[in-house]
Amino acid sequence: MIPELGHFALIIAFAISIVQSIVPLIGAAKNDSALISMARPAALTQFLFVGLAYAALTQAFIVHDFSVLYVSRHSNLVQPLMYRISGVWGSHEGSLLLWSLILSLWTIAVAIYSRNLPEILMARVLAVMAMISTGFLAFMLFTSNPFERIFPAPLDGSELNPLLQDPGLIIHPPMLYMGYVGFSVAFAFAVAALLGGKLDATWARWSRPWTTIAWSFLTFGIALGSWWAYNELGWGGWWFWDPVENASFMPWLVGTALIHSLASTEKRGVFKSWTVLLAILAFSLSLLGTFIVRSGVLVSVHAFATDPARGVFILAFLVVVIGGSLGLYAWRSATVVSYGRFTWFSKETALLLNNIIFLTAATAVFVGTMYPLVVDAFGIGKISVGRPYFDTMFSFVAIPLLILLGVGPAVRWKGDNVARIAKVSIFFFIISLVIGLLLPFLIEDKLNVATGLGFAGALWVALTTLKELFERISKKLKLSLSYIGMVVAHLGIAVFVVGVTTTVTYSEEKDLRMVPGSSYNISGYEFRFQGVRKVNGPNYIADEAVIEVWRGGEKSGDLLPQKRIYSGKGNPMTDASIDKTLFRDLYAALGEELEGGAWSMRVYYKPMIRWIWLGTLFMTFGGLLAVSDKRYRQKAKRKSARSLEPVSEATGNA
Amino acid sequence: MGNVQPTLLRRFMPLIIFSVLVIFLAVGLTLNPREVPSPLIGKPAPEFELPLLLQEGSFSNKDLIGHVTLVNVWASWCFACRQEHETIKYLSRQGVRIIGLNYKDEASDAKQWLAKLGNPYQAIAADRDGRIAIDWGVYGAPETFLIDQQGIIRHKVIGPLSDQAKFDALMTVMETLNK
Repeated sequence: MIPELGHFALIIAFAISIVQSIVPLIGAAKNDSALISMARPAALTQFLFVGLAYAALTQAFIVHDFSVLYVSRHSNLVQPLMYRISGVWGSHEGSLLLWSLILSLWTIAVAIYSRNLPEILMARVLAVMAMISTGFLAFMLFTSNPFERIFPAPLDGSELNPLLQDPGLIIHPPMLYMGYVGFSVAFAFAVAALLGGKLDATWARWSRPWTTIAWSFLTFGIALGSWWAYNELGWGGWWFWDPVENASFMPWLVGTALIHSLASTEKRGVFKSWTVLLAILAFSLSLLGTFIVRSGVLVSVHAFATDPARGVFILAFLVVVIGGSLGLYAWRSATVVSYGRFTWFSKETALLLNNIIFLTAATAVFVGTMYPLVVDAFGIGKISVGRPYFDTMFSFVAIPLLILLGVGPAVRWKGDNVARIAKVSIFFFIISLVIGLLLPFLIEDKLNVATGLGFAGALWVALTTLKELFERISKKLKLSLSYIGMVVAHLGIAVFVVGVTTTVTYSEEKDLRMVPGSSYNISGYEFRFQGVRKVNGPNYIADEAVIEVWRGGEKSGDLLPQKRIYSGKGNPMTDASIDKTLFRDLYAALGEELEGGAWSMRVYYKPMIRWIWLGTLFMTFGGLLAVSDKRYRQKAKRKSARSLEPVSEATGNA
Repeated sequence: MGNVQPTLLRRFMPLIIFSVLVIFLAVGLTLNPREVPSPLIGKPAPEFELPLLLQEGSFSNKDLIGHVTLVNVWASWCFACRQEHETIKYLSRQGVRIIGLNYKDEASDAKQWLAKLGNPYQAIAADRDGRIAIDWGVYGAPETFLIDQQGIIRHKVIGPLSDQAKFDALMTVMETLNK
């Protein structure tokens, strides 16, 4: 009964979403306030019904209702409650439902927190978001219904992919989706502004905080994914340039360009149509990311052939959303004129360079991810674009980015004096370069230019960012939260670069064959293998190796890597054991049992790997700080008083 | 810099790029990936007769019958052929019968190339204008066809054989023929 109610709620939500996407737009066109005012209640009701559907599916998981096909495929009787709740988004149908739920959450957030937005604009924004929702709900109802029943119901279900049974992965998809879907707000604002034909700096002001929150979520979501892969996959790596990762990285890169471009548009009224285009692009890549990961195309293009209805729907949906908005852009952006004047050496130019760098990176990832798919689709063969390509591309991108990062924030809007910036920058530049290149010497007596440049880059970013901060403090300038947010996020990049550079250069890894009682030395740590024991988990049994770690004659801890067999399908999983500190990780993964009581094993020493995630946390936190700035709220209030008159442009010295 | 009004082309550029992508994707999805390997596989090698490159006389499809043979399409202007040449030589040393199909090439250039890099071919047929290659469904050089004792095409490799995956796939089929 309850699953049917869930299904029914989904259908009602679908109907509401259609109304919400049409009626407010008609209202906006006719300036009919009755129709316009329908947008908000429609958004709230839609959220209510999508929430109801979501709750119904969760309930089916909790009470083991195996007559629901999706539940029987992704859970079983022994699966812990935590993984039954997260099982809802463990596969295709449920993650679409989660997507829709998050979309309706963002929609009501916009409806509630932007009360002082001009009503017409608000109606258009909510209508655009409803259109996206309509697409997703239709996709679910017509091709991927999560409430489909099976008869007779099995006595026990299969199981949730064991790879997904990890606390990190419980929150990874929701965070990622919060980011993906969050970009829909910027997208909706951009499309609404295009529809209204008034593409001034105001839309940038409205959508800026939303975009930054979405970006923070996405940053955190990607970091969680990387953290999960490191913990669970047993390869000791933190980023694999895997198409699934790339699918989330592309919107991040474009989103990063977008939050910087929005700054130019809001403050100086420049790059307006470019910013709109970025907003469309960021969300388009989010959609593409959702679909290519979920449709199975990445595993093989044959996935489309096996379920043509889904493939065709996805393609049609992408064409309507992306093609439609780009068409609207082509039609409407003719009237857009950017007024602000600036010289070549100005913050505008620096932000433009930032955009070029991030878009170059995004293009590189796009080509590397899509090219193998295209080649496969045309049957030319199976190729994969791997690490060397991406690593090379990103080393090229990193150098100009880090250099820019040290200068950009200090440069003033409109135009600045090159000598003023150069005077201090050159000093820091040389200091960073000297110390950076010396560091590899101090660590292991060896010149290593690439590593040295990595350290130098991080140092340069950190020094210049902090210098600017202290200068402002000493001049008693007011420090806004958004400025502090930027400082924190930029320092995060320095922390991240230190982590990556150190880990890449100084990690040690060793594949070993160990018999109980033997030991092995790696980077000053002695791994003593004690033996393997059987361990019972809630829904798995495992071989657990006991490895004592000794350093300088003292025991510093135990590593207990496991090889688990999950009870459902008998899926094996390695569960690495990691001894973590801020400056180094010791990592052990258990392999196969070999003859003579020996086990294959892989041990790693990973210096400063934690800094990689620490850096991303800085970035996330920086984004959240920037959003908390009270100027967004104050400005909104001031503006609402005269929301009916056109907002004057910052024309500078035009 | 300033007062920039987007031109018509600049406004439509994103839409155009996206349309091209979509067309590409749509075409890709309608193709059944399983059909793409040459339709000639499982069929007898197309009939042909071509003059030999290095000696007097000619080479025809009848000369393929009786042995397991690799027909390697190459040309002196083809960079990837140079890349795969060591692999071809290796196969030749292993006793594989390899016939060259010299594709759209000048005889003097081809001979010079062989003199410099070595000649692993048992015989080389010269397809000066590439007409025979059309019958064989050649997209470009290098390509390699595996022909069984009955003169039937069993496998086709597009691109250089130095690619490990392609090489392995070819070897797998060849092993079944030699049994």
